[in-house]
Amino acid sequence: MTAVLSTHGLLARYGDFQALYGVDIELHQGEAVALIGANGAGKSTLLRSIMGLLPVAREMVLLHGEAVGGTTTDRMVQKGVAIVPEGRRLFTGMSVEDNLRVAIDQAARMGAKGGWTLPRLHLLFPILKEKARTQVQSLSGGQQQMVAIGRALLCQPRVLLCDEISLGLAPKVIREIYAALPEIRATGTAMIVVEQDVGLARTATDRLYCMLEGRVTLTGRSAEITREQIGKAYFGAGHGVV
Amino acid sequence: MEWFDALVQGVLLGGMYAQYALGMALMFGVMRIVNISHGDLVILLSLIGISIATAWGLGPLPVLILLVPLAVLMGWVLQKAVLNRVVGSDPLPSLIATFGLSIALQNLMLQIWSANSRSLPGHGIESQSIEIGGIYIGLLPLIVLAVATGLTWGLDLTLKRTRFGRALRAASADVEAAAMTGINPRAVYAMATAAAVGILGFAAVFQALRSTVAPADGPAQLIYAFEAVIIGGMGTVWGAFAGSMVLGISQAIGFRIDPGFGVLAGHIVFLIVLATRPQGLFGKALS
Repeated sequence: MTAVLSTHGLLARYGDFQALYGVDIELHQGEAVALIGANGAGKSTLLRSIMGLLPVAREMVLLHGEAVGGTTTDRMVQKGVAIVPEGRRLFTGMSVEDNLRVAIDQAARMGAKGGWTLPRLHLLFPILKEKARTQVQSLSGGQQQMVAIGRALLCQPRVLLCDEISLGLAPKVIREIYAALPEIRATGTAMIVVEQDVGLARTATDRLYCMLEGRVTLTGRSAEITREQIGKAYFGAGHGVV
Repeated sequence: MEWFDALVQGVLLGGMYAQYALGMALMFGVMRIVNISHGDLVILLSLIGISIATAWGLGPLPVLILLVPLAVLMGWVLQKAVLNRVVGSDPLPSLIATFGLSIALQNLMLQIWSANSRSLPGHGIESQSIEIGGIYIGLLPLIVLAVATGLTWGLDLTLKRTRFGRALRAASADVEAAAMTGINPRAVYAMATAAAVGILGFAAVFQALRSTVAPADGPAQLIYAFEAVIIGGMGTVWGAFAGSMVLGISQAIGFRIDPGFGVLAGHIVFLIVLATRPQGLFGKALS
């Protein structure tokens, strides 16, 4: 089975600071993969590199076998990769509906086909219908996260990258948001989920990658990997697991 | 009655300023690009219009029909060739680039058209007036005001209701997040600057009809456009329109007090607004 998305010896740097040292990951059709690791391990950098937000060499990122590394972000969206960015990054000063409409507009412009529509999104997150006319900056954190996920889905992605979608949210809201993931996967969309909460990451995904200081230190099936293995990979060799 | 007349004349003058200010509202208010060459583009378009009119013996309307598409093209080229290279969260590069462009344009115009003042022959339209309740209202200022209102209305609807408008507002709010939804920010900005300079095509024709233009006149138009946008508030098109009215009325009333005081009165009102309500009359306070 060829991977939908894969990275090959991915290197990325912010100026003089090297953030990724040869990362290899792959994502298969309909699969959900977790990316875990401490702050600064390079998880967000990996997603940003895939999205064309950081310069990377062309053959370091393959999408359906095509080398797409360094493609501009808008072209990556056109190729079927969408991202729910860290910190949500909604369009402030615009209503919930206009935020979502921006994605609908662009999907229509690019002729993207997919099953996501505004009514269907309203079934997934009913609050977005109720708050359609509200400016996004006056929503709660959880509601904002729903808009961010909705906006990415309306890009009609075949690959969805989720960056820290539970960050700063109440446990009840996190459960609500993660409850939506199986429905998104049911449409055949493959997902990479960056998650701080290891327990949550394991239950929500098929496989996981653990990163440390810009490298992948552990990979395997989420259900089979032990806490000890994760502890070692998360904090590095020599760290005693208590 | 004399003061009411000043008010009416101020509103009419505001119509002219609104035509300068709309392009500025789009570029500075929405896209946060500081375009110092704004006024020089008006003058350049005016001089081109005058040359077209003289060469082919055209009236104001055919000149307008030719000049607006040319202005749209100029705006698109300006964004593609210059501004897309300097656009970003830092306003300084665009300020410096357009400052240089402004000086280059003024010298270019001086070279081509010399320092003489010229105007566009209006075939009598500039001297016609209508009497309403004892006040004489010039036909041309009335047309200017009507066109300004129509342009404001159209631009406001475009920003609120169209795909392009939403994409532009999104790119202005967060350019990286806009790209994440599939927007090509550079293409959207090129269209927006094309629209902004296109509106200046209207302003150029009316400016050349109602008074004279010379290559060094640009900076004054730039100041009025900036003042109108700041008085009205950043990011609101009707705010820029209202700001233009405030500026026009201030100048007209100042002019009645003392003929030398008119322009200064506008600047003073601008400074008062900036000091007491920096977000502008219709702008939202920055949080």
